Amino acid sequence: MVNLLWAGMIVSAIIIAGINGNIGTVTQTIFSSAEKAVGIAFSLISIMTFWLGIMKVIEKSGFINVVIFFLKPLAYWLFPGVPRNHQAMNAMLMNMSANLLGMGNAATPFGIKAMDELQKLNPHPDTATDDMCTFLAINTASLTLIPTTIIAIRTATGAQNPTDIIGTTIVATLCSTMTAVFCDRIYRRYNLWKNNSRNL
Amino acid sequence: MDIYSLVNAITLWVVPGLILFALLYASYRRVKVFDTFVEGAKEGFNMSIRLIPFLVGMIVAIGLFRESGAMELLSRLFIPILNIIGMPPDLLPLAVMRPVSGSSALAITTEIMNTYGPDSLIGRMAATMQGSTDTTLFVLTVYFGAVGIKKTRYALNVGLLADAAGLITAVLVCRVVFS
Repeated sequence: MVNLLWAGMIVSAIIIAGINGNIGTVTQTIFSSAEKAVGIAFSLISIMTFWLGIMKVIEKSGFINVVIFFLKPLAYWLFPGVPRNHQAMNAMLMNMSANLLGMGNAATPFGIKAMDELQKLNPHPDTATDDMCTFLAINTASLTLIPTTIIAIRTATGAQNPTDIIGTTIVATLCSTMTAVFCDRIYRRYNLWKNNSRNL
Repeated sequence: MDIYSLVNAITLWVVPGLILFALLYASYRRVKVFDTFVEGAKEGFNMSIRLIPFLVGMIVAIGLFRESGAMELLSRLFIPILNIIGMPPDLLPLAVMRPVSGSSALAITTEIMNTYGPDSLIGRMAATMQGSTDTTLFVLTVYFGAVGIKKTRYALNVGLLADAAGLITAVLVCRVVFS
């Protein structure tokens, strides 16, 4: 999919540039854009270094347990098919908390561990359970408090106040997460998937 | 307090607040804060360098797409739909790429901020769109792939619906807050 989109953009751009009679801009744009890209990556180093340092402090301090404490009631409601003390519940809580704190790298291993544990509760190993679908829905919507990478890129491109998009991002991510949870509940209740199952 | 000043207050406090709590809590738990900070910070360089191939590939592609006039053609096709939610046509490639590839979408966001400025309305919309959802296809592939699930039922539909909701909200909220 990415491959198709990427090639599509470049191929159509070159053809259209040719038709419009400004094929000369193609080579020029390639060089200037590539240079810009590397420049941005380098200015990212500073802020990424600081953030990853702070993230490590958060990780080591066990601050994540505080977040888990507040997430528990929500998780019990979201995953009715998972026993409260099951390993799957723990892993899902760790995953959701890590996402919330913007620690995407830490969230993925917890997520895979959670899927592993959920699979043990699954009577049909090749088919996703309700709780797996809910877990995936929450993850694709990714409720995040601090979009670290975006802030870094805004800093690198010279924003006056790089963090001023946090508020709007929280509103947008809340909406996407609520949509995910809402649709998930609808699908669960009416078993809509039956005529609509898909292979990935 | 209206929505604008509320969003604004959250914005101003979230980062300093998190750093404050993290350091206080870590010190209380007797974590060697500076040593730990340095340990984590070492990753910053590698992480930024790892982004270079994605950035070069996507920024060149989008740059070509815009300079050649292809972007203009595409946006003319979609203008009626985009006008309904007030989305600038330049965000179209980002909206398409966001659920498919995280690093590529990030590169497109970077290109938009670089071209229009990070403090422009479109730059802020791109940033909000990027931050509001995760890469649906990546999450599905990795998580279901890890345990060998083949029938994913309704997971993809829900993921894409959530993406759409996030993108539309991003455009609308930015319009209210930043213009």
